[in-house]
Amino acid sequence: MTAVNALTIAAHDSATMLGRELKHTLRLFRLLFIGAILVPVVMLLLFDYILGGAIGHGLGDTAQGIPYVDFLVPGILMMTVAAGSAATAINVSTDMTGGIVDRFRTMAVSRGALLAGHVGGSVLRALVTTTVVTGVALLVGFRPKASARDWLGVIGIVAAFSFALAWLSAALGMVAKSAAGANGATLPIQFLLPFLSSTFVPASTMPAGVRWFAEHQPFTPVVESLRALLAGAPIGNTAYLALAWCAVIALAGYLWAQAAFRRAAR
Amino acid sequence: MKAPTTHPTGTAVSVNGLRKAYGGKVVLDSVDLTIREGEVFALLGPNGAGKTTIVRILSTLIPPDAGTAGVMGHDLLAEAGAVRAVIGVTGQFSAVDNLLTGEENMLLIGRLLHLPAAERRARTARLLERFELGEAARQTPATYSGGMKRRLDIAMTLMGRPRLIFLDEPTTGLDPRSRQTMWQQIRDLVAEGVTILLTTQYLEEADQLADRIALLDRGRIVAEGTPEELKRRIPGAHIRLRFADLASLDAAARALGASMDDGEELELRVPYEGGVRSLREVLARLGDDIPVEDLSVQTPDLDDVFFALTGNPSKE
Repeated sequence: MTAVNALTIAAHDSATMLGRELKHTLRLFRLLFIGAILVPVVMLLLFDYILGGAIGHGLGDTAQGIPYVDFLVPGILMMTVAAGSAATAINVSTDMTGGIVDRFRTMAVSRGALLAGHVGGSVLRALVTTTVVTGVALLVGFRPKASARDWLGVIGIVAAFSFALAWLSAALGMVAKSAAGANGATLPIQFLLPFLSSTFVPASTMPAGVRWFAEHQPFTPVVESLRALLAGAPIGNTAYLALAWCAVIALAGYLWAQAAFRRAAR
Repeated sequence: MKAPTTHPTGTAVSVNGLRKAYGGKVVLDSVDLTIREGEVFALLGPNGAGKTTIVRILSTLIPPDAGTAGVMGHDLLAEAGAVRAVIGVTGQFSAVDNLLTGEENMLLIGRLLHLPAAERRARTARLLERFELGEAARQTPATYSGGMKRRLDIAMTLMGRPRLIFLDEPTTGLDPRSRQTMWQQIRDLVAEGVTILLTTQYLEEADQLADRIALLDRGRIVAEGTPEELKRRIPGAHIRLRFADLASLDAAARALGASMDDGEELELRVPYEGGVRSLREVLARLGDDIPVEDLSVQTPDLDDVFFALTGNPSKE
């Protein structure tokens, strides 16, 4: 088999697996989409309407000189992407703990296709859910100042971040013993890391130790990039930092998932 | 590790010295097997004997610790891709996609096999019909019975026209009627010239379907042969004749050169070599003059074989 030939086959098989994953997504619509949209929307409403007054007032000018809802929404979008990791981990785990993966492995299917399908599906889901959440945000008063180029940047960051989290969640789903365990394993991604970043308040307002963590963990540059792009503000090096983090997470998740997939064959 | 790349024609699977251990526990201990093309070969053994491990190794799912194996002329380890192209596997656990309909499951497999669209659809329709799933084609397996799920599983396996099919406990957990259906479908496959490696815990199933049987006990093959050969390997196959009176008994004993059963029963036991001919010979030697009141052929079933060869009852 020539290299080009193998690549064509790999692309074909990955597309087949992506089609399968998209069908799954439609079948599990309520579970996958509502979960990944509802949680961020509730967070948005909770922080904007109920807590927003106090937080916005308390922040004053530290909210980077923008209304609190405009400060909040980029973080909510990042959380929307993070919420999608549950679905990815659950779907991978369901495949791995069921018999279907053995069928694929006894067929001459290109090895990486299954995970490629999961990751591709995850990125597409994230693009859809963030679009819906953006729509809700616009309804509740979010007023982005982004140019067309900025919006492309937003889409790029969302895609890169969801790609990175998808590989990490795929690995978590791969090593989980059950779908419920896979879901649990993504909770830190869904909630802990977003809260310990500048999603809801600037890191500069946090206690010293937490602040150091918030300033150096990967989710903060992602939020800051989205925030700068959506506000039409200068972005500096933050976007590069965010993309570098995404690359590191994606690579680590990829290697971990591959190793776990091989380990499953013993 | 490399098996000879040429295999004698007519050999579907040849296995030499296969070993597998999990954390010090030996699951397979030096297994040798030869499966001929076109035959049904049954691996018979209780739970934990190593049947599934053999299937998983031969279907490229897990590597052996030692030993060589050739599958349809390809070395298992060096040419795993070529092996995968000619085998079909239906495992013990349902390998269907529960979120896709029966039809979508079939089409998915067709896509992964790179079949052209028209062939994909035609084969899907034909196989679903053949396995009596035509009406359920648009439903997901969640609505299927156990037997239907198993049939979909096998239909998916057949999508790629495999020349060698592994059936790992194909009827475990099925009700008697579904089991009969499955047996018929396995016979149909054999009629098409497919080679089948079947594993089962049911002696009757191996007896019914297999051309040859290997008895597996704690990772070792303890006996191998046709069902008849195995049955013959334990003593006690005989014809029992009962007579109305002592005179007939004496006459029969003289005619057959058989020793009389000690005691009060008017019975003779004659060794039975199997088959109608052996029975006819005995009757011919008795002639028309010696009245036989009752006759029964007592052959041991595979249960007895298993017990005799492993020292263990086959069932827990």
